[in-house]
Amino acid sequence: MSTLAALARLRALQTGTAKRLATVRHCHLSERPMVFIPLRLAGEAAAPLAAMAGTDPARPRLLVVPQPRDRDLRFAFTAELAEILLPYVEGLQKATETVERRGAEPYERCLDAPQLIVPNRGAVAFVHMLGRSTRFRRAEGPYAVHPSVPVLGRWLTFLAQRAQYPGSAVLLAATEALSLHWATGQSMLEDANLASLLGWIDPPAGMTGASAAREAEDPLVWPPAGPATDPGFDTEVLVPAIRAYEQRPTERAAARVGEAVRTQLEPTWGLMWRAIDLLGGLPAGPGTAARWEADRASFTNFTAQLAEGGPPQPKRDGAVGAASRLARMERAQASYDAQRAYDDPLVMAGHRLTGEAFTGTVVATDPDHTEGEGRGRKLRPLLTIRTTDPARLAPGARLGTPERRGQQAEVVEIAGGLVTLKIIKGMGRGKAATPGAVPEVGERVCYAALSDEFQPPASLPAPEDTPWTHGGPPPEHVPADEDPEEEWS
Amino acid sequence: MDRLDLLRGPVPPRPHDARAIAALAANPGCARRAVLDAAGIDKDATATHLGFPAPFGQSPFAITRGNVFESLVKESGCAELLRLLRDILDLPIPLAAYNDLGDVGGNPSAHLRHSHTRKLIDRAARDADDAGTLYDHPLLRLDIAGHSSYLEPDVVAFRLGGLFRIVEIKSFAVVDGQAEPDKVAAAARQAAVYVLALRNLLRELGHDPGRVSHDVVLVCPENFANRPTATLVDVRRELAVLKRQLARMTRVGTMVDALPPELTFDLARDADGVPTRPVAELREAVRGVDARYAPDCLSTCDLCFFCRDEASAEGSTDLLGRQVRDALGGVATVAEALGLADGSLTPDEGQEEIARLLRLADRIYAEVS
Ligand code: SF4
Repeated sequence: MSTLAALARLRALQTGTAKRLATVRHCHLSERPMVFIPLRLAGEAAAPLAAMAGTDPARPRLLVVPQPRDRDLRFAFTAELAEILLPYVEGLQKATETVERRGAEPYERCLDAPQLIVPNRGAVAFVHMLGRSTRFRRAEGPYAVHPSVPVLGRWLTFLAQRAQYPGSAVLLAATEALSLHWATGQSMLEDANLASLLGWIDPPAGMTGASAAREAEDPLVWPPAGPATDPGFDTEVLVPAIRAYEQRPTERAAARVGEAVRTQLEPTWGLMWRAIDLLGGLPAGPGTAARWEADRASFTNFTAQLAEGGPPQPKRDGAVGAASRLARMERAQASYDAQRAYDDPLVMAGHRLTGEAFTGTVVATDPDHTEGEGRGRKLRPLLTIRTTDPARLAPGARLGTPERRGQQAEVVEIAGGLVTLKIIKGMGRGKAATPGAVPEVGERVCYAALSDEFQPPASLPAPEDTPWTHGGPPPEHVPADEDPEEEWS
Repeated sequence: MDRLDLLRGPVPPRPHDARAIAALAANPGCARRAVLDAAGIDKDATATHLGFPAPFGQSPFAITRGNVFESLVKESGCAELLRLLRDILDLPIPLAAYNDLGDVGGNPSAHLRHSHTRKLIDRAARDADDAGTLYDHPLLRLDIAGHSSYLEPDVVAFRLGGLFRIVEIKSFAVVDGQAEPDKVAAAARQAAVYVLALRNLLRELGHDPGRVSHDVVLVCPENFANRPTATLVDVRRELAVLKRQLARMTRVGTMVDALPPELTFDLARDADGVPTRPVAELREAVRGVDARYAPDCLSTCDLCFFCRDEASAEGSTDLLGRQVRDALGGVATVAEALGLADGSLTPDEGQEEIARLLRLADRIYAEVS
């Protein structure tokens, strides 16, 4: 953790309310996100017990499995979830835009993409598990399920896999989105509790964040946000309700289980929309649109794959798939970190503390400075900046600046609080720099050794050339016949 | 009477199950926990009496699921388990005898049952034939700070030839070859406790303790079904941590000697078992032994809410977690760190660097927020 974030936590603890870690919102927020709060039966990997879902805060849909060990009831639950999620996803596929590309065919990209917001990391993992347990099912043959179930499984898997991509916003955990923007006066471990995190950020009137957070730990006041339920609730309420249903599976008995889980879900439903409101209250950072565009492109691609009848996502990545994904993720993470810094002086502040970036006042410029002779002569404007930041940059280091995105500078010299830079890119192609490209004396500027440009993709062997040391080429996924019959008991 | 008995009061020491022993390694730096555990004090009851009941509970669904899965694996003399062992050890085990060591008739004491386990394991260690033998519910024992703790016998020991293995049955799922990492880690820590106890037993009986393998067999349900699958887990690292912690616990004596002689954590239970000890007094007693609170305590120690409250009252930076504390260069209190940040406090020797950083952070934060 950066000293800055640590200090923000100390201040939060001292004042009793959360402190901002960002001045703008760094995740895209859809105009119509879908909130999804899944509950799982304790002790099971992916047995859904209940869920609350919907796009309208006033109209949550409650889904219940009155006997979670009953396979048919579980698939009925997933079919019902498909009824909610699939129309939402499909509705977003209709409006598209044409994207022109240099040297390639133009293509159609969806104007929007789904955004599923869940309470915490555990719920993200559950989405992944639920996707895994449903995408190989089939609509005919033994153990037939409703045709929507495997489609749902593939969408859930798409969302869960895309969510691992840094900066993606198709599946957000509310606790993580909030923690990106606020520092509380408790530990990160405790921040994983949505009620307690919100207690710090937005305490009810008359309460400090600290006391609201403490109250939020009482499962009787604030039931856990799932996917695990409170063991006390299981013992006292759920066990008898499920047993009654087992003895007489009537509608009344099912309703009793439904009412029981509703008490556990409703408080979190309210918290989720409060979290969305709080995030929505922050102005969107400039980079969110570009990252959402990548999400939209990914959504468009997956829509096409499904339409072409591609097989369900494989159970495991082959070695090359995994390695190239890892390399892509690392680049995406670096670029995401840089974008946030350029978008937000508060995020940049963390980099200034470590010396990777600095802010200062321009004290001298030489806008017409050139390097080289004759035809090789190049315009290289110079500027000198006075700073009190502890800049730790070596001569030759490449810098970017939030004031002039796309411009690049190189460190010439650092000495005694003065940094001399030369601008090497983004000052125009003429003999003299474009007006405004070189900062004026007296201007406040910030430079950082952070690059948000994607490197060319690491060259990795194609999947079919995977070296045998890495397990050989991945088997092409042939949907095995036992897949749909895989037990789910 | 032993000093540790005085600390506990006139109740039998609380037995440590493997889970509790494995948890000893979770916060090895905490003297409070070391002393209370060494004395076999019921920390849960202590925390409850102090008004800070522990936040742990297990769902009946999870318990049922665990039992159902275990009996499935052990059905018909562990037939299923044997099949898994054949596969994972790649051995042609034609047949294996099954011995339920829990089955001694009547309602014998732990001590008796342990002698029974001892006898049979001794015999097993002597005959090294090629047929395998499964020992279900072996009642093992581990010495903790001079006290014998019997371990809940929820494992199976398997002998084939001269080698013993611990088999642990857990009901969390392995999906596509992966399980939740913290569950696997917890299972490995627990299995290590059994490996150590079985090794100690062999040593006591004059056999080579190295005959207990450090690779334990973990049996879990596969994917979303109840069908079991087995995995070998190397617990050498867990064993090392456990041994280190147990050695520390034997040295708890010096810690205890330094405590005031009248100190006790006795809850003074009345005839009905209701604690009558004045809470303020108990609080003082517990506070008399230094704690080292960390947010991890919230998932590992019954006293967590009490210790968190104490850390909060002291304004300790421990409250915010290791990452924050590291970022603060180990500065102990919130007031001190903030004093260094706003310059109202002069740094002590050795604090200059962190003070400079904090002041800078304070300036930059004020400038941009
Ligand atoms: S909760 Fe308290 S006694 Fe337990 S380990 Fe943590 S600091 Fe020590």
